[in-house]
Amino acid sequence: MTMVRKGILAFAVSAALGLSPVLRADVLIGVAGPHTGPNAAFGEQYWRGASQAAADINATGGINGEPVKLIKGDDACEPKQAVAVANRLVDQDKVAAVIGHFCSSSTIPASEVYDEGGIIAITPGSTNPQVTERGLTGMFRMCGRDDQQGQVAADFIVDTLKGKRVAVIHDKDTYGQGIADSARAQLAKRGVSAVLYEGLTRGEKDFNALVTKLRGANVDVVYFGGLHTEAGPLLRQMREQGLTASFVSGDGIVTDELVTTAGGPQYVKGAFMTFGADPRKIPEGQALVEKLRAAGYEPEGYTLYAYASLQALAAAFNATGGTDAEKASEWLKSHPVTTVMGTKEWDDKGDLKVSDYVIYEWDDQGKYHQK
Amino acid sequence: MDGIFLQQMVNGLTLGSVYGLIAIGYTMVYGIIGMINFAHGEVYMISAYLSAIGLALLASFGLESFPLLIFGTLLFTVCVTGLYGWVIERIAYRPLRNSTRLAPLISAIGISLILQNYVQISQGARQQGIPTLLDGAFRLPIGEGFLQISYTKVFILVAAFAGMAALTWVIRCTRLGRMCRATQQDRKMAQILGIDTDRVISWVFVIGAAMAALAGLLITLNYGTFDFYAGFVIGIKAFTAAVLGGIGSLPGAMLGGLILGVAEAQFSGIVNTDYKDVFSFSLLVLILIFRPQGLLGRPQVAKV
Repeated sequence: MTMVRKGILAFAVSAALGLSPVLRADVLIGVAGPHTGPNAAFGEQYWRGASQAAADINATGGINGEPVKLIKGDDACEPKQAVAVANRLVDQDKVAAVIGHFCSSSTIPASEVYDEGGIIAITPGSTNPQVTERGLTGMFRMCGRDDQQGQVAADFIVDTLKGKRVAVIHDKDTYGQGIADSARAQLAKRGVSAVLYEGLTRGEKDFNALVTKLRGANVDVVYFGGLHTEAGPLLRQMREQGLTASFVSGDGIVTDELVTTAGGPQYVKGAFMTFGADPRKIPEGQALVEKLRAAGYEPEGYTLYAYASLQALAAAFNATGGTDAEKASEWLKSHPVTTVMGTKEWDDKGDLKVSDYVIYEWDDQGKYHQK
Repeated sequence: MDGIFLQQMVNGLTLGSVYGLIAIGYTMVYGIIGMINFAHGEVYMISAYLSAIGLALLASFGLESFPLLIFGTLLFTVCVTGLYGWVIERIAYRPLRNSTRLAPLISAIGISLILQNYVQISQGARQQGIPTLLDGAFRLPIGEGFLQISYTKVFILVAAFAGMAALTWVIRCTRLGRMCRATQQDRKMAQILGIDTDRVISWVFVIGAAMAALAGLLITLNYGTFDFYAGFVIGIKAFTAAVLGGIGSLPGAMLGGLILGVAEAQFSGIVNTDYKDVFSFSLLVLILIFRPQGLLGRPQVAKV
């Protein structure tokens, strides 16, 4: 029995090994992200978007005449597993490029592996500044950065809300303070210096003292960098103390739970936040959105980001006539690419030149709408 | 005395009265059996959930008037939370009564973890909340600014002081109160004189839990939101208040709570919110250096 089993195994292995040279003719691209685990929904979005893009690209001649073939890499949003997956994609599968990962904490260590392996990577959804701040030549992203969010919010405060006395509050956490600092810097650049810059403590519910201080400083806009767990009570206590200043925050409060934490829609009404523009509303993508919907799939979240990522890779490889990462990276940094999400351009770090953050407003029903 | 200063006083007093209510649980248990009940913050957290459940239950019976709704919920929350207090003492502390001093401390930490996870699993990890029940506020113009006190805050202050007054009466003037005081002074002697000290200790846990339940209801009304982790931060603050006022002393716990609340509010108002906890704890250290027994605590005399 064992002999037979071993024989089958040996046959399978040799078949697999024998097969790989045939596959090598394809352009292999890894799709790395949380395909299992609690964040699997985002992995599904990545895979759907990239698969559709691969099918569409293959229908129009592939990359340099070769068909695109996708390979799944599952990191479950765990940094350790992300590194293992990255090594596998580089050493075993010998992919030409990677679309991924999702969680910034996975993308950052994995990108080191891709950099060493000389592979170009583009993440559809990791927003932490550090993803592109470490000087890696082949790391790109299709989404905005947390510090760009702060800038968009600051411009909105100056241009639309005409804020004169702005307070910047954060939750003393990496995300919250980072985004608040960038908003504050941009405000200063626009000639508005924050009249108050303070941190509150995560896990507390009583911010009345801070609210009274805001009132004493006569602020007309409050910018908050943090999550909905603190934003809700803060908003409520502002309104309870009769402070009518506008409230602006980032994508840390993009959840219905904000209404729960604030104690009702009457408190969140009129609050503003920055969040990526809904890609389903971009004119260039309408045909694709219709196509996916007809196939029974709603292209929500990062689906179109993944589609556009593959489009960008294909454009770079086609233009440079090969899959050389260095040439492709150089090309992407100096040429605009037309994608389903509109025309995109990258700077020297690999960030989008124009971020797509827009302002959303909460209504009196506890829902948010793009302004 | 401008409006802002007065407003911060109001903020501090409301927060401090809630700290005081929870601190009572720490201080009473310490006074009677000399252990720190680290699960007390979690008892408060459970009472927040119970008050939301109670409100939802009563509202589903068609109860509309605010006073009835609050009174019914208070009764429900105090009873069930008191039951939790009794059960915790019975299964986690009583079996360890005569073992080393550290054993009940460790089992308190265990109970605290169990309660947290039990609520997380049974109620979910999401933020929970109740809709605003009492809308509106008093608004007094003062100088250039104004003083705005929501009705909820007024209710909190009144209810907290009523709760403390009721407790003081129970301890001073009732049979149970006398038994508590006797047990606190000398457990063995009280036992010899025919007091069932185990029952008295159970009652102390129930009373502490009931006070935490009152705090839980008030906080839920005021902030409208809580989660399974809500007991941790406020538990630490209340414990600080108990030590500040002199652990073991009932009026000390109340005073400690108020001082801590006002200190936090005024410090964030005048100096900086980032470091308000640093200020509170520095205050604690200073007081303990000059009065190691706390503000109203009695110094420990070695018994010969």
